[in-house]
Amino acid sequence: MSDRSKFPPVIDGKAQFDLDSGKYIKVWQGPQHPGVTGNMALELIISGDEVIDLTTHVGYLHRGFEKLMERRRYIQCFPIVCRICVPEPDTNEYLLAAAAEELAGIEIPEKAKWLRTLTLELSRLASFLMWIGGQSGAFGMGTVAQWAIAQRDFILDLFEELSGGRVYHMYIVPGGVRDDLPSGWDKHLEDVLVKTEKMLKEIEIVMFNNVIFKMRAQNLGIITPDMVDKFGIVGPNARAAGLARDLRKDEPYLIYDKLDFQVITRDFSDAYNRTYLRWQEMWQSIGLIRQIMAGMPAGNDYHYNLPNVLNWKIPHGETYVKAESTRGEYGFYMVSDGSGYPRRVYVRGPSYTHAMALLPHLAVNVNIADMAGLMVSLHTYPPEIER
Amino acid sequence: MQEILNKLIDRYAIEPIQENRHNQAFVTIEKNRLPDVLTWLRDYEDYTHLAFITAVDYPEIEKIQLTYMLHNYILHTDLGLRVLLDRTRPEMVSIHHLWKQVATYQRELREMFGIDFPGSPGLQENFALEGWKDIPPMRRDFDTKEYSEKTYFPRPGRQTHDPKEYMKEKLYPSAKEDK
Repeated sequence: MSDRSKFPPVIDGKAQFDLDSGKYIKVWQGPQHPGVTGNMALELIISGDEVIDLTTHVGYLHRGFEKLMERRRYIQCFPIVCRICVPEPDTNEYLLAAAAEELAGIEIPEKAKWLRTLTLELSRLASFLMWIGGQSGAFGMGTVAQWAIAQRDFILDLFEELSGGRVYHMYIVPGGVRDDLPSGWDKHLEDVLVKTEKMLKEIEIVMFNNVIFKMRAQNLGIITPDMVDKFGIVGPNARAAGLARDLRKDEPYLIYDKLDFQVITRDFSDAYNRTYLRWQEMWQSIGLIRQIMAGMPAGNDYHYNLPNVLNWKIPHGETYVKAESTRGEYGFYMVSDGSGYPRRVYVRGPSYTHAMALLPHLAVNVNIADMAGLMVSLHTYPPEIER
Repeated sequence: MQEILNKLIDRYAIEPIQENRHNQAFVTIEKNRLPDVLTWLRDYEDYTHLAFITAVDYPEIEKIQLTYMLHNYILHTDLGLRVLLDRTRPEMVSIHHLWKQVATYQRELREMFGIDFPGSPGLQENFALEGWKDIPPMRRDFDTKEYSEKTYFPRPGRQTHDPKEYMKEKLYPSAKEDK
């Protein structure tokens, strides 16, 4: 251990520093940062090149989705919710639809469930590809980032063919989905999956066997199993710590109970293992997409006929629905007062706890050069913090 | 699910209960008993995961409802605890000592709904809004249109026209003069 006599004293886990002493510097990382999708500022206090204190600031992206939804009919909320999470919009669309359907007592057709699961898995893959771009870029491997982002574009092409939208699809609507699969789409999908698999193999060689990446990412930002409940950690961050918690398995929604997959866990949650676990989940996603395509029911019954959606009143009630996103438990809490407008829609994004509570805890004593890598290894998307 | 609801009724005489699904229920609790119930649920009944804290505004009955959503990872059940607060001076007991992320939730609720949580760390710091002077924006009576008209100057080109008359005027400017 190096000489730490010049570092400030730590009382109750909090470094006691006086900025006027001139010994410590305040550095702002962000709000613009290429590794994070969205804007979030980290206020770092550094001693030498080590972070001794971190505060996360949000507010650069506040678009007031929850307030906007209070003034709109249920069907008008749809084009809004997908914008809460840019790289993975389908989870939002599905959850809003699921919450409205549960309160209205609508059972959607079987084929719609398969199509919804297909888009959820496809957007999971796209989201992970975008994330691995940020993760590798933060550790100086820009090549991987370029491969991954380019590969994500092929998936966006598939979405464009399917729904007409590249980034925001608005494909999942209350009562089912908007359209059936276009003809020839399954062949395009298989082409993209094969290309993605080839790229994932290459990523393993250049990223996980890279000694620089290993040295920097191993033992960075360790999450111990006892921290998981204390901080409300979910998703891959918790699974890397050895806790097999996956909503797709624990509380199967849509058709996940008909698919064959295992929850992937690691036994030590540091930046390296979290990255590796997400890389494994990309393979899992590809496998799930193939299973869904193989089992896709025939016919074109993919939409439940709703009443006039512009005058659609949902009975009084409240519910909380959730789904496993790339970051973990994503949920919509919806309260209906019997009118045509939602009384309240609350969006529970997993990044909230990861960025606001966990990151300041993990950042202490981290080298400032590794801060970006640590932040991206928690996979935070700021828009879901300030909905 | 029924087991924990029976225990809650026996122990804390709680009602009413709204059961949504086989694995989800909402119960209403008196304000001052909440920390006690939460601690018991967390430490003895495995409701270790706090999914979120949020508020719902009911101006017609002069109440603000706080919802605390707990999750049990062993039984995979959700339990929502609701607390009704007086809307004129909403104040709630802080539970920041139970989970680490709670302080941020309470900071956000203070800013967006104007609910006070005495003793919560960093409560007065801004969450998403900076220098906000108006009433808390997530309250139902906050008028977004009035606020934007008051705050932002009107830009030209935003007036609305009757499409029929407007197009007629654009396409046949002489038609009006002929009359």
